[in-house]
Amino acid sequence: MNSAHASAPHTGHYYVPQPSLYPFFLSGGMFLLALGFILQMNKFAPGPWVMAAGAGVIGFVLYRWFGAVIAENQRGDYTGWEDQSFRQGMVWFIGSEVMFFAAFFAALFYCRHISVPALAGMDPAFTLYKDFTVAWPSAGPKGASFTPMGAWGIPAINTALLLSSGVTLTWAHWGLMKGRRAQLNLGLILTVLLGVVFLGFQAYEYHHAYTELGLTMGAGVYGATFFMLTGFHGFHVALGTIMLAVVAGRCLAGHFDAKRHFAFEAVAWYWHFVDVVWLLLFVVVYWL
Amino acid sequence: MNTATHTLDGHGGHAHQPGGLLRWLTTTNHKDIGTMYLSFSLLMFFVGGAMILAVRAELFQPGLQLMKPEFFNQLIGVHALVMIFAALMPAATGFANWMIPLMIGAPDMALPRLNNWGFWLLPPAAILLTLPFVLALFGIGDGAVATGWTLYAPLSVQGGIGVDFAIFAIHILGISSIMGSINIIATILNMRAPGMTLMKMPLFCWGWLVTAVLLIVTLPVLAGGVTMLLTDRHFGTHFFDAAGGGDPILFQHLFWFFGHPEVYILLLPVWGLMPHVLSTFSRKPVYGHTGQVWSFVAIGVLGLVVWGHHFMTAGLPVPALLYFMYSTMSISLPLAVLFFCWIATMWRGAMSFETPMLFAVGFIVLFGIAGLTGLVLADVAADAQYHHSYFVVAHFHYALFAGGIMGVMTGVYYWLPKWTGHMYSERLGKLHFWLTVISFNLTFMPQFFLGLAGMPRRIPDYALQFAEFNAISTVGSFVLGLSQLLFAYNIWRCIKGGEKASNGVWEGTHGLEWELSSPPPHHSWETQPVIKD
Ligand code: HEM
Ligand SMILES: [Cu+2]
Repeated sequence: MNSAHASAPHTGHYYVPQPSLYPFFLSGGMFLLALGFILQMNKFAPGPWVMAAGAGVIGFVLYRWFGAVIAENQRGDYTGWEDQSFRQGMVWFIGSEVMFFAAFFAALFYCRHISVPALAGMDPAFTLYKDFTVAWPSAGPKGASFTPMGAWGIPAINTALLLSSGVTLTWAHWGLMKGRRAQLNLGLILTVLLGVVFLGFQAYEYHHAYTELGLTMGAGVYGATFFMLTGFHGFHVALGTIMLAVVAGRCLAGHFDAKRHFAFEAVAWYWHFVDVVWLLLFVVVYWL
Repeated sequence: MNTATHTLDGHGGHAHQPGGLLRWLTTTNHKDIGTMYLSFSLLMFFVGGAMILAVRAELFQPGLQLMKPEFFNQLIGVHALVMIFAALMPAATGFANWMIPLMIGAPDMALPRLNNWGFWLLPPAAILLTLPFVLALFGIGDGAVATGWTLYAPLSVQGGIGVDFAIFAIHILGISSIMGSINIIATILNMRAPGMTLMKMPLFCWGWLVTAVLLIVTLPVLAGGVTMLLTDRHFGTHFFDAAGGGDPILFQHLFWFFGHPEVYILLLPVWGLMPHVLSTFSRKPVYGHTGQVWSFVAIGVLGLVVWGHHFMTAGLPVPALLYFMYSTMSISLPLAVLFFCWIATMWRGAMSFETPMLFAVGFIVLFGIAGLTGLVLADVAADAQYHHSYFVVAHFHYALFAGGIMGVMTGVYYWLPKWTGHMYSERLGKLHFWLTVISFNLTFMPQFFLGLAGMPRRIPDYALQFAEFNAISTVGSFVLGLSQLLFAYNIWRCIKGGEKASNGVWEGTHGLEWELSSPPPHHSWETQPVIKD
């Protein structure tokens, strides 16, 4: 990448966008969302309204901001040089997401291998929890008792769904590279559908967990890590599905060609990242 | 050939630039954004400073004079969060914004709109941090976060609404830093002038490259940790609660996995800047460029695996203690390489002591004390006594005030003429330096002895035998705080006018940033220079 630049020096046409109000309003929206959430959690009446205002501002600004970027791109403002910056940005952004999930995986390993055994292994003369023994899944000495989620029902189906969505997405990419637009569009639409079905199953699974298994956020460290890991993953699937839908819409509108399709690739990277997180989840949360 | 030829650029030229307030709200220009970061940082430096002067006033004498212990606790916690996240980090990011494009020959930062967003996330976060103080005046909630900046569970699980405000402030600050880091990495990797290989890149940019990677690796983990805290507080989870199989120590792991690298995040940009200043005022090239680059990388990597030294008294198993002790101590090796290179850069140079150089030399001496006392704390046996005492407070203020803040001041005096086109007042600058150094030591040196004698940190009242040293420390802190008004005044004067600065500003400067005019043109390197040799 670098050497290519050295051989063909740039001539000062890096696209610096015009002054823009989007960042300022996006920050304002985030402030309102956070403030509203704090008020809501502490039972102050205006909470939900402030949150809704914040979410509305965020949604509107993102819609306009991404719209502006797409328009600039279609206008041909970006060359390969800007493209490299976007790629760098996306790669490092996904890197930060990896570390966010790492924190929750770390909590899972810590509780399973350190804190639960330590609580069970304490000197009976010094512990409040004399009868507590090591087990996994565990609700700890005093968490709500529950039945763990089996791996080979819905979770296995969801694994199959996400893996197939990875395949359909790659198939769509081939279509784009070879100029077969129908394959591209069909592949993307299938991927979006698989994402939606995945989310549907997950919603059903949560309902099952709460109403029939007694597996709740309060079910000790198992419940906590289960819901935080699968919940944040599900949130990322939802985001990814929205982004895929936008890209699908752009493909239908005739955007992208075999050479220039950064947005497509960025979303694909994101989707594969979400896939890999799921595989880890399936193994360490549901299965082992 | 490194001249900034003004080619006509259809987008974002002067013509489109709105004036007045709108200019600052909307700007995509790296210099404008850098200026906003730096101004915000200076403002928050005074806000955080005012808080801690109230604390020092309370500690002037034993007994409770001015405030309730709850309020005292709020002040120290918010002081630290403000200084770290709203004063020191934005200052370093302001430097990055201003200087990296100038140094690497780029027209601007790689992602200019994202850049603006990174800045505009800061004021909301600062408001979230301080708003609970105001709300409490109206009877809403019980004030700001009162757990200290480390937010340890279970105290933070039980705390009031201030903790929630702090959690969301940290989330927003975290997003801001991650966006800033992504932008800096993309700029450094993608926007360097042809011929500027990574190994030829100036050390300031290298310091920031490592910083940005550390931020991206560690901040999400802090975000995860405080998210768990939030769900423990409001959604019934048991991450930090033994009754559900969790553990408060888990929070300490998550916090310090971020918290230790954070101290290098605060300092790496400054370590990057030091060789520039030392070489300029010694009129000699930087000694050991490559060695310093690898030291930065080594410190970054080692910094990720030593976090346990912050809670060695919490009951870690002995093998873990030994591991954290030896790994922590090993960081002094690359750090020593840096010290060696700084001194070797000055060695037999034709030195002169303008204000930036004074600050740089002061930095080396005082930051050395931080490193040496850190080694003492890293010793497991010694730390059993020193942990959570004023010794730790003194240690990290030698690191963060004498290292971080004085490092930032070095940079401000060094680059101010470049940014404004005017020279600051050298007389006021020198006065500021001497007042700062003397009152800094007056404030924090006694705290080492207080800690050794057993005074715990984060406490509004203390035993009689600590009275004298606390009184001295309080007097020092007020002189220190007031001297900073000189700093602000000097900057103000320099922005308003003064002797014109040349392109090179100082006698011994070299590097791309000194070839542009002072102040530089609106679009920095519209035509990229080509680096030969
Ligand atoms: C070789 C260098 C260093 C070593 C060996 C070292 C070691 C330590 C140790 C062992 C502690 C924990 C003490 C305790 O709580 O009992 C500590 C605390 C601390 N250090 Fe250092 N340190 C070094 C350099 C630095 C630097 C460069 C910085 C900042 C830029 C720094 C900032 C801090 C801070 C902020 C704390 C206390 C945080 C808190 O508890 O609130 N240290 N250091
Ligand atoms: Cu540390």
